[in-house]
Amino acid sequence: MLDISFAYSRYKFLGNEFLTWLWFIVENDRERLKKIEKDLVSLNIGNRIVLENKINDAVETITILGDDAGLEEGIMSLGKGAVVTEINLLYKSGDNEWRFTIKGESMNISNLKIPETAVVESSEDIEGMVLEKAYLYEKITNLIDNLFKEFIKLRVSGKWNESIVPEIRKWIYPEEK
Amino acid sequence: MGFLSSTVSMARYKVDGKFEGQILETVADGLKKNIISEIDGNPVEKTIGWTSFENPFKPGFKGSSFSIGTYLVFSMRIDRKVIPAKVIKKHIAIEAAKLLAVSGRSFFSKDEKAAIKDRVINALILRIPATPNVYDILWNYEDSEIWFFSSLKAANEEFETLFTKSFNLTPIRLFPYTMAELTAGLTHAQRDALSNISSTKFTK
Repeated sequence: MLDISFAYSRYKFLGNEFLTWLWFIVENDRERLKKIEKDLVSLNIGNRIVLENKINDAVETITILGDDAGLEEGIMSLGKGAVVTEINLLYKSGDNEWRFTIKGESMNISNLKIPETAVVESSEDIEGMVLEKAYLYEKITNLIDNLFKEFIKLRVSGKWNESIVPEIRKWIYPEEK
Repeated sequence: MGFLSSTVSMARYKVDGKFEGQILETVADGLKKNIISEIDGNPVEKTIGWTSFENPFKPGFKGSSFSIGTYLVFSMRIDRKVIPAKVIKKHIAIEAAKLLAVSGRSFFSKDEKAAIKDRVINALILRIPATPNVYDILWNYEDSEIWFFSSLKAANEEFETLFTKSFNLTPIRLFPYTMAELTAGLTHAQRDALSNISSTKFTK
C-alpha cells in the first residue's frame, strides 16, 4: 500500500468522482441502487451539494442549498468541468429515514441524523442506547461501503470509459442525446 | 457532536494488526496508561488522554466498563487553556508598569519584554481553567474498524497519535484510496488498474 499522505493527495479525485457518479445513479439508475442495497426504499439528494471547478489555478465553488433546490445549476456546472465534492443524502429503509453528508476527498460523514431512538433515563439504559445507535450508524457505513465498492470496481474496469462516462455525459448534456 | 448527539460527524479507520494477548486486558492497560490528567492549577497549557464514555469528566476504567456488546467504547479528551490575547496584553502592561515604577527606568530591552511576557503567561496559565473537548470512539475490534466521532483534522491527528502510543496498533484513516485498498475487496488485477488511473473528464 502507498504512503498514506501521498495516497490521500494522489487519489483525491476518486472521492469526487464517486460522488458525481452517485448523483448520476440516484437520478438515473434506481434499479442499480436496489441491487446494491437490498433494504433500500429510496436514496435521494438532500439539501446540499457542493461542486468545485478548477479553472487554471483558481477554484470556483458552487453550493446548492435547500430541500427543494433545483439541481439544474449543478448539472450545468458539471458541464463546465466541475465535480461534486460534497453531497447530502436522504436514505430510507423500512419506515426509517437517515440524513447525512459525505465529503469526497476524505469520505468523512457529517450531519448524520439517524431515526429516533429511545431516550436514556438511567445509566443502565446507556448500553442499549449504544447498541441501538451503533446499529443505525452502521446502516450508513454499510451503505457507503457497498456504493463505493460498486463504484470502484466499475472505475478500475474498462466499462468506466466505454459506457459509464458516456452515459454520465448524456445526462450532463441532455440536448445532445 | 458526540456519539449520543442527535446529529454526528465521523471519520472511519481500519486498524492494522491484532493483539496477541487478552483483548480486554490489553485495551484496559492502554487506556489506563494514557488516561487524561487534570491540569487545572498546574502550569500546563494542554493535555490529551483517554477518558470514560459515560463520565468523561470523571475519568476511570473499572474492569471492562468500556466493553459494550461487541464494541469497545471510550472517549478522547483534549483539555486546553486558552488565554485571550487581549488578557495577556493587559497583564503585560500592568506588570511592565509596576516593574518600571520599581526600577525607575523608562523602558525595557527586547529580552526583558519577552521575559515579562513569559512570566505573565505562566501566571495566567496557573489561574485559568482548561477548556475540555471530548471525542467519542467506537471500536469494533472483530472488524478492525473504528468510528471517531469528529471530522476535525487536528482532533483526528491527535487520536491517531494517542491510539498508536496506547495500543501499539496503527489506525489507518478510511478515505477513497484506503477504502479501495482495504474494504472494497479488489482483486490483484483491479489493484494494479487502480495504481494507474488518473482523473476522469466528464466534459466533452
